[in-house]
Formats: sequence, structure tokens, C-alpha cells
Amino acid sequence: MKKLFSADRRDYILSFGIVIAAFAIVQAMILTGNITSSLKGQLVPICAYIVMAVSLNLTVGVLGELSLGHAGFMSVGAFTGIVVTTVLADAVPLAPLRLALAIAVGGLFAGVAGVIVGVPVLRLKGDYLAIVTLAFGQIIMNIVNVLYIGLDENGLHFSLLEQKFELAEGGKMVINGPIGVSGVSKLSTFTAGFVLVLVTLFLILNLMHSRTGRAVMSVRDNAIAAESIGISITRYKLLAFVVSAVFAGMAGALYAMNYSTVTAAKFDFNTSILVLVFVVLGGLGNIWGSVIAAALLTVLPELLRAVNDYRMLLYAILLIVMMLFNNSKLKERLLARGRKEVE
Amino acid sequence: MKKLLAMLLACLMVMSLTACGGNSDGSDASSDNGNTDAAQSGDNGGGDDTSGAEGGVFKIGGHGPLTGGAAIYGNAAKNGAQIAVDEINAEGGAVRFELNYEDDEHDPEKAENAYNALKDWGMQLSLSGVTSKPAEATSTSHNDDRIFALTPSASATAVVDGKDNVYQMCFMDPNQGTASADYIFDQSLGTKIAVIYQNDEVYSSGIYERFAARAQELGLEIVSATTFTTASQTDFSVQLGEAKNAGADLLYLPIYYTPASLILTQAKGMGYEPAVFGVDGMDGILTVEGFDTSLAEGVMLLTPFNADAEDARTQSFVSKYQELFGETPNQFAADAYDCVYAYKQAIEQTGATADMSADELCGKMIEAFTSMTFDGLTGEGMTWTDGAVSKSPKGMVIQNGVYVGMD
Repeated sequence: MKKLFSADRRDYILSFGIVIAAFAIVQAMILTGNITSSLKGQLVPICAYIVMAVSLNLTVGVLGELSLGHAGFMSVGAFTGIVVTTVLADAVPLAPLRLALAIAVGGLFAGVAGVIVGVPVLRLKGDYLAIVTLAFGQIIMNIVNVLYIGLDENGLHFSLLEQKFELAEGGKMVINGPIGVSGVSKLSTFTAGFVLVLVTLFLILNLMHSRTGRAVMSVRDNAIAAESIGISITRYKLLAFVVSAVFAGMAGALYAMNYSTVTAAKFDFNTSILVLVFVVLGGLGNIWGSVIAAALLTVLPELLRAVNDYRMLLYAILLIVMMLFNNSKLKERLLARGRKEVE
Repeated sequence: MKKLLAMLLACLMVMSLTACGGNSDGSDASSDNGNTDAAQSGDNGGGDDTSGAEGGVFKIGGHGPLTGGAAIYGNAAKNGAQIAVDEINAEGGAVRFELNYEDDEHDPEKAENAYNALKDWGMQLSLSGVTSKPAEATSTSHNDDRIFALTPSASATAVVDGKDNVYQMCFMDPNQGTASADYIFDQSLGTKIAVIYQNDEVYSSGIYERFAARAQELGLEIVSATTFTTASQTDFSVQLGEAKNAGADLLYLPIYYTPASLILTQAKGMGYEPAVFGVDGMDGILTVEGFDTSLAEGVMLLTPFNADAEDARTQSFVSKYQELFGETPNQFAADAYDCVYAYKQAIEQTGATADMSADELCGKMIEAFTSMTFDGLTGEGMTWTDGAVSKSPKGMVIQNGVYVGMD
């Protein structure tokens, strides 16, 4: 009997199916007024974390390189996005368009950062990327911490370490060093987040299942064999890594625009590891797994609020249980049964 | 499969163990009692409402770091507010409260989540956040949803800026910086000042900026200003070395008490003993585990609350706090305690009732807080303008392991 769905198809259908179904259910809940404020407040961060997890999966799962500074790219995207929306506040009155521009520019800058990090490091073999991205995350955090950007009628003013410029009357600080950003207009909506997730899934899944994607995977599986058939290792490594950085930047812009205040300290090592946990729990190279893991693990701490003091303990235990389940025969059996039913 | 089962069982056992431990813990048990008290009086309050009497049971919510590095502040505020709520409910007056504190882990994202959870719970009046950034994040939401907020200790200017329904019980960061400089100048505490501050913390850098500006106006000499970040708050030998080489005789530390305790320890280790001056974040230094409190002898700090004050209210608050939670309350606890009493006064003054929506209450509270004068543990005759409170900090010095008023 011929298979109804190839592996590629199943990836597409599962990923898009989950996201669209979730969106429809949540929209229905919002329209009928059945949604709690708690869940409603988490919708945008969930979308941002899904994009983060899916994009990191491209580096860690598909390319097979470890990145420990994904939050650094998120940070670049977040702060560029904020500068863009502040500057364009008058020029582009339409909020969704301003958000889209902020996301695009945020992604672009994060991509540039990705090139800067990737070009020297991805030429090397071994775990250098992990070390360098780890440092990159810290460097970005420290730079944003001493970055002052102000806006007045004369345009943008930049300075490092201390505020060296005086703003004209009516000017305001966009990024105020360690105080971070205050008074961001909250542009992000659930719909915007949903669209960004769809775009991310579409591009990354297509990339994975294209000729380029197969080349990237061949680099992961056997670099020497790949090189022997004429695949440029550095080129494909860089491509996957930069695409991953671009989406992280976009997620950062979406995330930042959801809160009235953002500080660089939010995008620290812990956030990078959190996203890595999403990817690992969801399964390396498994895109829909990342989607589910990111959504579930973002909501979980909130659901555990009911147990108060044991919240953190339970969260940790659940992480361990999920990890065990992921490697258990039980999961394989369940998956095998699921597959049989589909065929 | 067997392994998985074994693991699950092990988890269950751990859970049941910790649950037992929790029950024997004095503070938990007492706060639980407090909640049930409030809930019971809540039922009675419902009866009052139908008979049309004023008051009733108001739902107060607050969020603060109950876990993580800043947990001492969140828990202090929670405990302080709980004592006030229990006292008011025990009095059996028309106005009663039910308190709910949610954990925000000192993170704006989690703060927003905590705020939404409180909204689902039906919060009518808010104590907002305990620390600055989380409170700043939710203050916009408070403003959008028209829920009145009175924060005990979020001192950043941005918390109240441009929001007509967010008020502070503590003085603002900039005021602390200015007040410190004035205090040092007036009392001529030092001539060469070294500052060590945390430049990735709003609270710390906010105070430093104002301090530096004011010091320049007054002609105080800052000979060394060095920084550290959250990631590097374990070793201060470089900063202390610079201060020592510059010949500073006064060390100004506008930082939280945990790094401050390390600085004191390390300064002692290198034989450097300047006078030390701190701000309200220093409050709590005597409760750091494993810290030799004799090192804090002579440390001066600005705080609006003195646990050794002679007046009856402070004494009764301090003894209750010590009895329930086993430690001396700090300024955060006192601020939160004051917040609840300020709410009580405002409700009585405007005749607000518990069946009002948060929006209606918000209007009433704005009316009350712009006009009333409040006497609390942390100051007498407090009034509010644009959300900021007017009160003056008190200088304290640590002598024999306790705070003693300086003037």
C-alpha cells in the first residue's frame, strides 16, 4: 500500500494544522468571551517563543550546530524594532504596518549580527559556535546596557557609556542605557504574532525540504562526504545560521512591542537556554515539536500558579518527566500507532 | 516504562514530603490562616452588601518577586500587607480586605502574567509591583484597564509618569539620590566619596545619576565611580581597589543589600574601612544568611522606616511581624502595611463599597488620594501629587546589629 503522506507532507500538515487550529480555537474563545486574561496576556509571548524555537531548531536540529546566544539576536531585533517604531511614529500612522516594518528591520539587523558572528566561526569545525554565541549574547546585553539613543526634531542621537547628547525641547529617550526602554506603544497583537508564526513555518519548512535544506542536512550528517560532492560547507552553515538569526530578530521585535518596558537583562543567557529547552524537548529537527514545546512550556508556569510555593519545583519535575517521556519506548509506540492510523 | 513509573512515584514522594514541610512552616501556615479568615469574613461581607451598608470585602491584589534573587522584597511586602489585612479584618469594621499576592520573579514578562492572573481572580484594588521594572510594565496595564494601583516600593519615576491612577508609597529613585547627597553634605559625612553602583539595574543607576548631579551642585567630590552588573556581582576587588587608591573616605552604595554585603566583606578583607552610606535597598543587610553582621557596624542608610521607633503602632507591627515571620520587618513590609491602611482610609473617606467595579473604585480612589493626608509607619502627613508621595527619608545607622535613628 502506498503511503498517503510522505514525511515532508506530514511535517507541513502537522505544523500548520496545529498552529491554525490553535489560532481558530483561541479566536473563538476571544469572540465568545470565554478566555481568561491570564491566557490572553500570554498569546503574543507564546507566538514570539514559537518563532524563537522554530528558528533555533534550524541551527541546532537541522544544521547540527549548538547556539547558546539566540536571545542575543532576539535582543538586537527587539531594540532595533523599538527604535524603528519610535522614529516612524508620525510618518507611518497605521499601527500594523509600523509593526511589520519594525519586525522586518529587526530581522534585518539580527541577520547582520548573524553574519558578523557566523563568518569567522562557521569556517571552523567543532563546538566553536557554542562558545562564540554564548559570548555574543553577553556582549549584546552589555552593549545595550550602555547604549543611549534619543530622538528629537533633529533626528536620532547615539552615545555609548553615558548620555553625551542633549535633547532638544520635546525630544525623548528611546533607549536609556540600563534603564532600558520605557513607554513603548504596545503594537503587537495576537493576529500579528499568528501571521509571523505562519510566515516562519512556511519559510523554514520549505527551506528544510528544498535542495538547500538537504545540503544543510548533509553538512550535519557527514561534512566530509558533503564536501566531496561539491557542497560548500561554510556557505550552507552560514546560510542556515543567518536565517535562524533573522527569525530570532523578528521574534524579538514582536516580543518587545508587547510590553511597555523592555530591558537588555531580559535577553540574557537564561532566555537562550529556555529556547534551547523548547527545541530539545520538542525534538531536534522536529518543527511541530518545537511549536508545541514552546507553547506548552510558556503556559505551564502560569497554570502552576495555583500551587503557589511548589510552582518552580513542579515545573522542574515536569521538565524531567517530559525529557524521560521523549526518550521512552512509550512515545515510540504511540507515534507508531498514530502513523499506522494515518496510512 | 518501569523507569518512567519509578520516576513518577519518586516525584510524588518528593511532593508529599515538601507538602509536609510546608505545613510545619510557621509563615506559610499563618498566611493561609489569614486567607481563610478573609474568605470567611467575605461571606459575612456579602450579607452587608445586600443590606446596603457601606464597605464590604475588597479584593486587593499585588505582585512581587516571591522567588529568585529579589525574593526578600516581595515576601516582605506580602507579609506586611497580610498583617495589615488581618488586623483590619479582625477589627470587624465595615471595610474588610482579601489579599492575593502573585509571584513575578522580578521579570516584566512574568509581572504582566501575574497581573492578568490577578485580574482573573477579580482584583479591585492593586498593590502593583514591589520592584521597579515589573511595576513599570504593569502600570501601563493598570492604566489601560482602569484599576487603581498603589505600589509599596516601586520607586522608578516611569512607574507613575503619565498615569493618573498609579500611586507610590515610597519616595522616587531620583529623590533618594538628591536626599543622600544633601544628607552627606549637611552632616559632613565625608569629603572624598567613592560610588559603586549596579549599571544594569534601573533602581541603582537612577539613584546614582541624581546623586552625581546633586553632589556636583553641592561641591561634594566624587573621586571614584565604578560599576558592576548582575552577572558580575561576586567580586568587587577592582572597584574597591580603585576607591581605596583614590583615597575615598566615604563609600556610597546605592545598591541592593546582597551585593552590598559582599562589598563590605571584601573591603574588610583588603583592610579598607571607609564610612559606608546606603539607600533603602541596603535595608535587609542584617538578614543575609552567613553574613557577619559586625561588618555592617556603622553603616548608614536612608530609609523611611525605623523598626526601633518608639511609637505604639510601629512597635505593635514589629512585634507581630517578628512573631509570625521570625524576623525584623524592613521598609518594604512597612510600606505595604501602609498601603493597605491608606486604602482603608480612602475607602472610608469616599464611602466606596465592595460591589463597585474596579473602574468605579479607580475614580473614587483618585479623588481620595489627591485630597487626603495619611499617617503611616513610614511617615506622617503624607500627601500625593501626580502619583508621587511627599515624605522625607530618615537617616539610620547600624549599631550593635540594629538600626538606630541618626538624628
